[in-house]
Amino acid sequence: MNFEFSEEQQFIREQARSFLARECSTAAVREILDGGQPFHRPLWEKMVGLGWTAMAIPEEHGGLGLGYLELCVIAEELGRALAPVPFSSSVYLATEAIKRWGSPEQKAAYLPGLASGELIGCFAHAEGPGLPAVNATSSEGSVSGCKLPVADGDSADFAVLSARGADQAVQLFLVDLEQPGVTRETLTSMDPSRSQARLDLQQASAQPLGAAAAADEEAINTLLDGAAVLLAFEQIGGCQAAMDSGIAYTKQRYAFGRPIASFQAIKHKFADMFVALELARSNAYYGAWALSSDSPDLPLAAATARVSATDAYYLISKENIQAHGGMGFTWEFDCHLYYRRAQLLSSQLGTMPWWKERLVSNLLHAA
Amino acid sequence: MDFKDTPELAKFRQEVRTWLDANAERRTDNLNMGMEGEEAHLAGKAWYRKKAEAGFACLTWPKEYGGAGLTSLHDVVWTQEVANYRTRDAQFVIGIGNCGPAIMHFANEEAKRELLPRMASAEDVWCQLFSEPSAGSDVAGLRTSAVRDGDNWKLNGQKIWTSGALYSDYGVVLTRTDPDVSKYKGLTMFMLDMRQPGVEVRPIRQMDGGQHFNEVFFNDAIVPDDYRLGEVGGGWTGALTVLMSERLAISGIQPTGFPQFLDLVRQLELNGEAVAQDPVVRDRLATWYSQYAGLQAANKRMLTAVAKGGIAGAEASLGKLVGAVMNQEIANFVCQLLGQAGIVQDPVLSPQQAHFQQAVLFGPGIRLAGGTDEVMRNILAEQVLGLPQEPRADKGMPFRDIPTGNSGG
Repeated sequence: MNFEFSEEQQFIREQARSFLARECSTAAVREILDGGQPFHRPLWEKMVGLGWTAMAIPEEHGGLGLGYLELCVIAEELGRALAPVPFSSSVYLATEAIKRWGSPEQKAAYLPGLASGELIGCFAHAEGPGLPAVNATSSEGSVSGCKLPVADGDSADFAVLSARGADQAVQLFLVDLEQPGVTRETLTSMDPSRSQARLDLQQASAQPLGAAAAADEEAINTLLDGAAVLLAFEQIGGCQAAMDSGIAYTKQRYAFGRPIASFQAIKHKFADMFVALELARSNAYYGAWALSSDSPDLPLAAATARVSATDAYYLISKENIQAHGGMGFTWEFDCHLYYRRAQLLSSQLGTMPWWKERLVSNLLHAA
Repeated sequence: MDFKDTPELAKFRQEVRTWLDANAERRTDNLNMGMEGEEAHLAGKAWYRKKAEAGFACLTWPKEYGGAGLTSLHDVVWTQEVANYRTRDAQFVIGIGNCGPAIMHFANEEAKRELLPRMASAEDVWCQLFSEPSAGSDVAGLRTSAVRDGDNWKLNGQKIWTSGALYSDYGVVLTRTDPDVSKYKGLTMFMLDMRQPGVEVRPIRQMDGGQHFNEVFFNDAIVPDDYRLGEVGGGWTGALTVLMSERLAISGIQPTGFPQFLDLVRQLELNGEAVAQDPVVRDRLATWYSQYAGLQAANKRMLTAVAKGGIAGAEASLGKLVGAVMNQEIANFVCQLLGQAGIVQDPVLSPQQAHFQQAVLFGPGIRLAGGTDEVMRNILAEQVLGLPQEPRADKGMPFRDIPTGNSGG
């Protein structure tokens, strides 16, 4: 038994951490938060240069042919740095969908561009409030409907999009977003450091992903499982960064003649954050193992990692503000960046009711 | 990252399974074995002797001390496999898990060769004598005195909350040997023969009606100096070794109540409806499962670190903290779920032989024993996260000048 990342994977993590510490300070995050750009293009280009977008793409399609565990350690660092880039949309979702279900022609057409960063993909599934219900329709090479919110939908080149086929069954399509049939609009959201869009499609030209009906509803769930594990790593990275900032602050903030971190009311708060983070981290590790080994446990492991990481990031990001006192409520302090990102990551891929239900149905069906 | 056995471990796992199939009954439920009373004690001793004779006792201990000289990964395999059988495999964890490592570390060679093999086979059963009426969370505030008397030490005072003392042959005891220095410096640790006139054990009747814990009184109890563990005045270092070992020893067996809850949800129908379909039940199931699975996975991470030569750090406190709280919350939730009948604690009428009602009443004890929830949080905050200690009113004072008060009846 070896339930730890390998030395090579930990080396990748350290490289990523020092790169992001240098290139993606919270000042860089605030450029996007305040600035109106959909993402941080110079940072994105440097990540592409480091091969991160190519990491899990097979070599035959211009990738590095590494596995999911390498992607997990990168994800944790992206989450720690609150990186304002379309990495999850393009890499965990669009690339993975094409890798898993794309036809040989689609793989050849899209994967090299995704690897080299020339193409950015996104995943268009939700259609407004409530549990995911797909009403978008397709007919003879086109799709129509409204997708909202779509992370990075305003800047991506194409979308992997869910719609109903002629037989009413849900399946995935590839839709180029620069075309007359697509109108896109950037939405106002709680975390402007990552952009959200509304896509209106009116008989937009589209091609089914892969062979007929291969990318069906179950495929969408599988795609979400993999992305949930990777996002859980982003969540625990953010948890760690938020908690570390709170510890540093309370150790040097004095009240009643002593550091506030010496009061048990504060210490116990951080102990509870640590507990939530350790549980979330351990569940994310198990999810990483299940994803990388293509285990039948993946649906349960992914939902567990997702529920645990979402709980932890909410707890830690809100209690970190509380531990900072009034300064935590200012725009100037970074506490709100983590709180906003926790909200974003908890909504992306579906919220807690959906994931808890997925967890329970898989748990009760397990032997 | 993988969970595969090496060929050597796969072979060992097969040996363990074969032996367990021949010597134990397969589990059909998740109920814990009771751990009280003389009958349970004798059944536990019989199980330990059986596995010692087969060479499966104390797998990681050296052979000369009654162990099998194997690695902690062998121990993990054993723990995984034995969990599928109804055994009393965790019954003497306090002696073997807590006292054993301290003895291995601090006792002289002769004492180790004499005492450890008998501990491994449970020929001798051990207890841990730390807590006192005025020294609970502040255990270093203990007052039991040990005074040098030639080649011996004479002990006077009282311990409390000693698990299993009534049936113990030996104990590891922490005493005060110098009240004129600060409280952490005047402590000394010993091995004590419990079967002597100077030691009196009185069971404590707990709020749940059971008698797992005891008071232990010393009236000129005798300990030879050969049974001293570590230096005179070095007892706190020894105590930390015991407490650290305790956290590792219990980390894998800490009750959470979750497997019993899952069994209940799978099976129970109320008013003709499966409770598994109840949205409130499903929500709780998801939350508790994510914590339970997190503990299992955290334990695997800790064992990986231990197998690579690391030590179980204070992180192990989290299993105690999460498990004890979840155990109480699950029990309360299930009793609510049962409606008015939740109050009934009857082995026939209540689900799972009234496990949940028992857990409601015993659960508060788990949150206190082995370090309270609050002490666990302090450990995590101070030792793992590096937050500063509270200012202490007794810091640097000679022990005898420290104010004390105990209104606990």
